[in-house]
Amino acid sequence: MKIPDAFGHFGQYGGQFVPETLIPALSELNMAYAEACADKDFWVELEGLLQNYAGRPTPLYHARRLSSLSGAATILLKREDLAHTGAHKINNALGQALLVKKMGKKRVVAETGAGQHGVAAATVCALLNLKCVVYMGEEDIKRQAPNVFRMKLLGAEVRSVTSGSRTLKEAISEAIRDWITNVHDTYYLIGSVVGPHPYPMIVRDFQSIIGRETRAQIMATYKKLPDYIVACVGGGSNAIGIFYPFLDDTSVKMIGVEAGGEGLDKDKHAASLTKGKVGVLHGSKSYLLQDSNGQIMDTSSISAGLDYPGVGPEHAYLKDTGRVTYTTATDKQALEGFMLLSRTEGIIPALEPAHAIFYATEFARDLPGDKIIVVNLSGRGDKDLDTVYKMAGLE
Amino acid sequence: MSRLENVFKDRNHKALIAFLTSGYPSIEATLEIVPVLVEHGCDIIELGIPFSDPLADGVTLQNASYSALKAGITPGKCIKIAADIRKRVDTPIVFLTYYNPVLAMGLQKFCRESAAAGVDGLLIPDLPVNEAEEIDEIAVKEGLDIVYMIAPNSPDYRIEMIADKTRGFIYMVSLTGVTGARDSLPSDLEQFVERVKLKTNKPLCVGFGISTEKQATRVGRVADGVIIGSRLVQLLNEPDNHELLTWIDGIRKGLDTI
Repeated sequence: MKIPDAFGHFGQYGGQFVPETLIPALSELNMAYAEACADKDFWVELEGLLQNYAGRPTPLYHARRLSSLSGAATILLKREDLAHTGAHKINNALGQALLVKKMGKKRVVAETGAGQHGVAAATVCALLNLKCVVYMGEEDIKRQAPNVFRMKLLGAEVRSVTSGSRTLKEAISEAIRDWITNVHDTYYLIGSVVGPHPYPMIVRDFQSIIGRETRAQIMATYKKLPDYIVACVGGGSNAIGIFYPFLDDTSVKMIGVEAGGEGLDKDKHAASLTKGKVGVLHGSKSYLLQDSNGQIMDTSSISAGLDYPGVGPEHAYLKDTGRVTYTTATDKQALEGFMLLSRTEGIIPALEPAHAIFYATEFARDLPGDKIIVVNLSGRGDKDLDTVYKMAGLE
Repeated sequence: MSRLENVFKDRNHKALIAFLTSGYPSIEATLEIVPVLVEHGCDIIELGIPFSDPLADGVTLQNASYSALKAGITPGKCIKIAADIRKRVDTPIVFLTYYNPVLAMGLQKFCRESAAAGVDGLLIPDLPVNEAEEIDEIAVKEGLDIVYMIAPNSPDYRIEMIADKTRGFIYMVSLTGVTGARDSLPSDLEQFVERVKLKTNKPLCVGFGISTEKQATRVGRVADGVIIGSRLVQLLNEPDNHELLTWIDGIRKGLDTI
């Protein structure tokens, strides 16, 4: 069965829960993407940019010291932190920007939490000469200041969002409001596998380059598929990107790590799949952190990129089918993962994949030596230095 | 004929539809103002159920929603408010809510309790007709009319689909954008209404951005009804409602002299 179906449903999840004004824009995008899929030149151009501009393929690196400190198994890191702009977000931004060009739109709006997608969007807009407006929660602007500077340097306008929790959720709502208003000339460049159909599918397809490369690399060096793949999950784009090409390989077990924040018992977390209920937000049906009246709850996470009450509909589907296991790591554990990778490998990870690093190293302790774990190192940590300095008491 | 359809029996009468956020600025204020709005010529009352993430709303209604939620307004309380209003007036009541609070209560329970409270219709801005099959079936059984929206950029096939599904009237969004008072309406609004009229005989009511007598009269000349919301909610904050009622009277008079 093809997932999603023609209407964007992943089982009961996904769909198009948007105001009528956006329906024509989504149809237009759907058609442009279908055309692109059949157009060899589109993919040749994208692959060229991914290689020569974004620096792909990214390495699959054997983290020897990290592995040996965590037991006998082999831990491999998919180095998305080495992609241009410092995270996997560029894969999707480049793909969608080529669609924007194809559709003839001149203005792009984007949302950003950690700023990584905002930077990627600003980057591709500079490259393709598009006007770029990035919505970012006031709270995130404070804690991810370096990325705000980068976006401005790249020529984007960063608009501070001051409603609600002032984080990613409100940034998405504002970006959608802008899009509704300027739908005739504006493209919404969404940064994760969330939102109305066809976005979850398109973003997944552009990000699945991560998994395809991983497969080729591990087969070349180890002559076998990985036993486990671990990735952090906020909206879920880096996770879907590495999981998707392995979904049919039943021997490969997959684990998504959500933000446990200050702990699941305190309601101060962002673990939508682990603690949420099915609902509709920002255009699709999925698991959501909400109260009994269907009001969306405020979330909490040390990492701005995971600080979101929803999650991509395909993850909801993969949770229900049992194909992927979802778990959590707390702020403190993520910080531990952050320090551990920095000091054993000389790689400073973003706080988002630090959740996955922590989980993988704990999980590896009980595994025999012939097992291979791949962790998606979705981004680098430069943007988080301030947060970590404060949290770890290094000031 | 449903209570909602009954409003449009005489197509020469232009319907005035008033939106307000339930429980804003207080439950008492909502209960008191609705009969007054009816007295001053409002034909349908749209009651907003506040939602934490109202992505089709501008700042005014976002703030009203936020403040009602902070004061503890829930979908359950909104149903009680509607029931109280139903005891006071016979005017049709339409709930406007985003989809998630409805889902959280359960489609069946929400529709049944709303209908029992005397609510006549539902308007869910983030539920386009193609995702509404399930609730549509339940609403029909419970005797609720679901009103769907058409946007200025809706292609003809969507207009036909929506006109076919909507009950009571069609909510025409005047502009591509979110709710909120505007200085001017799109210059091609009349063409938009005429385009929809070619596809359907159902009553057409226009909302979003309408805040003056002049704008309302312009809309009333081509459509069957006018929906006013953000400006009304702003004026609810005035202490004696004097400005609010003068404003409503002006719009009513404008519509009656067409």
